[in-house]
Amino acid sequence: MDWMAWTTPTAIFFVVIASLLIVFSALAIRFPETPRVGVLRIETTRGDRLFITLLGAAFINLAWLALSGMPQWGALIVCLAYAVAVFRWV
Amino acid sequence: MEKTTNQKAWFLVLPVLALVAFSAVIPLMTVVNYSVQDTFGNNQFFWAGLEWFREMLSSERMWNALWRQLVFSAIILAIEVPLGIFVALNMPKRGVWASTCLVLMALPLLIPWNVVGTIWQIFGRVDIGLLGYTLEALGIDYNYTQDIFSAWATVIVMDVWHWTSLVALLAYAGLQSIPDAYYQAAKIDQASRWAVFRYIELPKMSGVLMIAILLRFMDSFMIYTEPFVVTGGGPGNATTFLSIDLVKMALGQFDLGPAAAFSIMYFLVILLISWVFYTVMTNLDRREGHR
Repeated sequence: MDWMAWTTPTAIFFVVIASLLIVFSALAIRFPETPRVGVLRIETTRGDRLFITLLGAAFINLAWLALSGMPQWGALIVCLAYAVAVFRWV
Repeated sequence: MEKTTNQKAWFLVLPVLALVAFSAVIPLMTVVNYSVQDTFGNNQFFWAGLEWFREMLSSERMWNALWRQLVFSAIILAIEVPLGIFVALNMPKRGVWASTCLVLMALPLLIPWNVVGTIWQIFGRVDIGLLGYTLEALGIDYNYTQDIFSAWATVIVMDVWHWTSLVALLAYAGLQSIPDAYYQAAKIDQASRWAVFRYIELPKMSGVLMIAILLRFMDSFMIYTEPFVVTGGGPGNATTFLSIDLVKMALGQFDLGPAAAFSIMYFLVILLISWVFYTVMTNLDRREGHR
């Protein structure tokens, strides 16, 4: 696997994403839910909200990197707040 | 009667999972790994953190390529979608001419990208190409290798030539699925041609049109071969779209780190836009279903 040039941070990154996917799949099987309509006026399930959270988090991180000039963990705090908002209102 | 449960059937999905992992997931993971490291070849990597992302985000070159790409996609959508609908509306509905039209419309779609590029590259040449020669003879200053406007016009017309028929065929399929009863009702109401289009044909085509727009957007957003063959990204960088710039960076300069960071951002933009299109499409379908 040398050619993939693994590093600890990227490994942690992928483990977190994979765990999120596994946890949400398990949740979807264990506690099935009906889609709901939130502030975006579109039907979303728990999985949709996870996708919106992850995609939004990527853009928040990029915007933070480009505009703020502050340490990157600050973006993670914003992402967590964003995730809570998405799961609560979207 | 009780249904039997056979969870072993899940194993049938395994080959697909393996294939997707091999062809998509693992390469994508490698790109992420490259994007945070630097290499001088020999498969030796050094940790660079978020440096390449920072560099790319402040790189005028990337923003210019992204801007050009968005303008290009917007222009070809603005031309191909209305033109495709117009062609579909005017195609014969049945009979031998309908089949002839369908075959003719499908022809450009069957030509490989590099061949289309070569056709237009020669077609537009001022010395031996029919288009370039004719324009020159008419006194129009046209030279796609030196003039930015000519280069853009050539690339856009080439894409319209290649792909409008896809939109037309999809729109035609949508039109064919409208039952005659709708037209008869419109006739009884003495609806104008515009009203028939606006309230019958367009709503009935909306599903396939969304697919056409999505396909054309994605394809044009990833366009590489055709402009590369015709203009090589020039004159200067005038037609260097995202893919061309990315290939130059990754393979021409072998800047794997910045190119990987660039790829990830490119991927995120595509993912975002596809998600928006997909959401709009499924919601349109649902609204149609409720009606």
